[in-house]
Amino acid sequence: MARVLVGVKRVIDYAVKVRVKPDKSGVVTDGVKHSMNPFDEIAVEEAVRMKEKKLASEVIAVSCGPAQAQETLRTALAMGADRAIHVEVAGKEYETLQPIHVAKILAKLSQDEKADLVIVGKQAIDDDSNQTAQMTAALLDWPQGTFVSKVEKTDAGLTITREIDGGLETIKTKIPAVLSADLRLNEPRYATLPNIMKAKKKPMKKVAAKDLGVDLTPRIKVISVEDPPVRQAGSVVPDVDTLVAKLKEGGHV
Amino acid sequence: MFRPLSLLIINISKHNVASQIKYSTAILPRLSSEKYNIKRKSFGTINESDINHFRSILSENRVITDESDVLPYNIDWIKNCRGQSKVVLKPKTTDEVSEVLSYCNSKKLAVCPQGGNTGLVGGSVPVFDEIVLNFSLMNKVISLDDISGALVCEAGCVLENLDNYVRQHNLIMPLDLGAKGSCHIGGNVSTNAGGLRLLRYGNLHGSILGLEAVKADGTVIDCLRTLKKDNTGYHLKHLFIGSEGTLGVVTKVAVHCPAVSKAVSLGYFGVNTFEDVLQLYRNAKISLGEILSAFEMADNRAICSTVKNLKLTNPLEDYPFYVLIETSGCDEEHDSEKLNRFLSKEMESGHIIDGTVTSEPAKMRTIWNIRENIAEAGLHDGYVFKYDVSIPLNNYYDIVLLLRKKLEGKYTNIYGYGHIGDGNIHINVTVPEYSKEVCDMLEPYIFEQVAKLKGSISAEHGVGFRKPQFIHYSKDESALRLMKDLKHLMDPNGILNPYKVLPDV
Ligand SMILES: Cc1cc2nc3c(=O)[nH]c(=O)nc-3n(C[C@H](O)[C@H](O)[C@H](O)COP(=O)(O)OP(=O)(O)OC[C@H]3O[C@@H](n4cnc5c(N)ncnc54)[C@H](O)[C@@H]3O)c2cc1C
Ligand SMILES: Cc1cc2nc3c(=O)[nH]c(=O)nc-3n(C[C@H](O)[C@H](O)[C@H](O)COP(=O)(O)OP(=O)(O)OC[C@H]3O[C@@H](n4cnc5c(N)ncnc54)[C@H](O)[C@@H]3O)c2cc1C
Repeated sequence: MARVLVGVKRVIDYAVKVRVKPDKSGVVTDGVKHSMNPFDEIAVEEAVRMKEKKLASEVIAVSCGPAQAQETLRTALAMGADRAIHVEVAGKEYETLQPIHVAKILAKLSQDEKADLVIVGKQAIDDDSNQTAQMTAALLDWPQGTFVSKVEKTDAGLTITREIDGGLETIKTKIPAVLSADLRLNEPRYATLPNIMKAKKKPMKKVAAKDLGVDLTPRIKVISVEDPPVRQAGSVVPDVDTLVAKLKEGGHV
Repeated sequence: MFRPLSLLIINISKHNVASQIKYSTAILPRLSSEKYNIKRKSFGTINESDINHFRSILSENRVITDESDVLPYNIDWIKNCRGQSKVVLKPKTTDEVSEVLSYCNSKKLAVCPQGGNTGLVGGSVPVFDEIVLNFSLMNKVISLDDISGALVCEAGCVLENLDNYVRQHNLIMPLDLGAKGSCHIGGNVSTNAGGLRLLRYGNLHGSILGLEAVKADGTVIDCLRTLKKDNTGYHLKHLFIGSEGTLGVVTKVAVHCPAVSKAVSLGYFGVNTFEDVLQLYRNAKISLGEILSAFEMADNRAICSTVKNLKLTNPLEDYPFYVLIETSGCDEEHDSEKLNRFLSKEMESGHIIDGTVTSEPAKMRTIWNIRENIAEAGLHDGYVFKYDVSIPLNNYYDIVLLLRKKLEGKYTNIYGYGHIGDGNIHINVTVPEYSKEVCDMLEPYIFEQVAKLKGSISAEHGVGFRKPQFIHYSKDESALRLMKDLKHLMDPNGILNPYKVLPDV
């Protein structure tokens, strides 16, 4: 029975329109609705399903970020994680928190908590780095299964289906291992009321990055963040008749 | 920035997809005049010189006459009605509307005003050869006062576009409905549309501050004020709110937009009995007070068939009833504390069996999406008889059960859902295709039942083409007489939206 560590990141909700700060140093986050990175939700769901199938003994959710990261952790707990670890990183340090730092934190916690499996989302929808799983695996010197769309437990370890360009790849790996969840791995559940209530009482531990011995000095410098070029919204029409009608309607022909 | 595509598609594109399906020419509804056996009234008949005159008022490409181009404007959203109009006019200004109407009035040419054509009672499409006066090109915002919240715009603005626009100023539109991506504010005003925010912000008789309308003879009536209070004489704007294009056409409106709520939460619950739904509503009003912004219910079949027909995911297992409760306030902590206390209590009391609650925008949208798509999901079964009635809450759900018994073996599905906070239930009866037999079993039976329960046979969709003959179930003879007098005063030739709203004789 494995202990699973899941990384969950608090990001701007994907239904919210993202705005670039006027000074182009980043995007506006103040007063903007956040939620759990959708790929991390998939990671949590997979871990919780493993626990429900008795393949996992315990699911630990980890989030690195400011105080509000605890809301994201509560969501993970409401979905079925057993306990949570909030690695507090706030202010300036959080603005420059990068995959290498998060990977080091996850690697350290995996060892401290004696985890057998680390699952994270394949990427976060805010900075799109797609690096954390890979770096964590390297730091731990564990095998990695990235872009996972299916996981099966076998006697020897795991059989993993990966989404790759042009198709699917099946690999076998031993555990411990690091996985990154792709979109089709599962459809995450909605936290139900009783579980939302229960989650309030589940343990949440707070630690500081420096207590884990992780140096948060930035390794990458963001030079400028810019809006993508504006494009006229298109629409799909069902048939030629409609296309012609629409063009006429808009006064184009 | 990467956004998970498949998630987005589920959330956004649903109603657009369906509104396009209606244009597919494969299945044409029967002509309304034949289906409902209506006689054309003695209006003028449009000829080439009329068309040329319209071209001189509007430009060439805003006078649509090609038969296949005109077709979509002849068919209503639920594909029940089909008119035989030969021409669609697309004015851009009030002056153009005025000129068109003045000409039509002098020639006794009948006119059908049309907004987003999402109306559900056949009011927005012609019955015979009425000229379609479509407002889609009158789509400009004129002004917004972000202190008072007064938005002034043209009648053809799409509701959702207006909502997006005012949100940039921390305001929202006082109404929201499933058809928001297509319906026009002018159509909303003309139908006095209710929708999902009515519980909180009241109906349009309260939210519309002023409007500009054009009478049948082309006279422009300017009541376009942005004042909350203006007791100078008769409140004429109300004549155009909910009169479904029969007294005049609306060209501009001033809407009061409330401030956007910073803290919004949405709960979606499984409930065992209808009595529990009512208890829950009563308790929600008491415990949630001023933050309660929507209370909606749908029965099991409404949700399950929607989820199945549109391939959505139901966040909950199967329950006899589902309830949606939205709270909107300005203090997240305060509001969620209130909501949590209420939910714990209602779980304990057993009024709520299971549920989920979220304040994440994407999740809220997914949940609302299920509720808002019920109206269109039925179309996938073939044909839908839709009833939109107000019934005092104690008997709110009775008719669904009555109908299931009465129509046993004759339907695909019968379900009820609606704005319980407003005492308004939508009853949908789905069948593989329109059948006169089923229609006769439903009507006037359902209206008789509603009348017996002292309800209204049309809560929010209006009377349109489909219900004039039943209006007497809800309106007293004396009121009907005054309605006719008003119609005669404002449109003596009866050119505006004939065959609609007012019963003959
Ligand atoms: C999916 C769906 C969900 C819906 N939900 C709701 C709901 O929750 N609540 C509700 O009340 N309705 C609802 N409706 C019904 C309908 O959308 C509303 O009544 C809407 O307000 C109609 O607006 P429209 O612009 O589409 O008007 P249309 O359908 O084009 O016209 C409706 C009526 O108004 C007249 N009209 C339109 N524009 C003007 C104008 N500028 N001047 C004069 N007359 C005009 C037409 O002649 C017609 O009689 C729903 C419809 C759909 C398809
Ligand atoms: C101290 C004070 C404070 C006030 N504060 C306010 C305020 O805050 N807001 C406000 O709006 N007004 C205010 N008013 C004005 C007035 O009180 C209101 O307009 C009130 O509604 C009038 O009611 P009434 O029964 O006294 O009507 P009356 O004064 O008797 O009549 C008012 C008008 O209504 C007509 N009328 C009365 N009854 C009927 C009927 N049954 N059918 C047809 N017509 C009828 C009369 O012919 C007359 O034209 C105030 C007045 C006073 C003295």
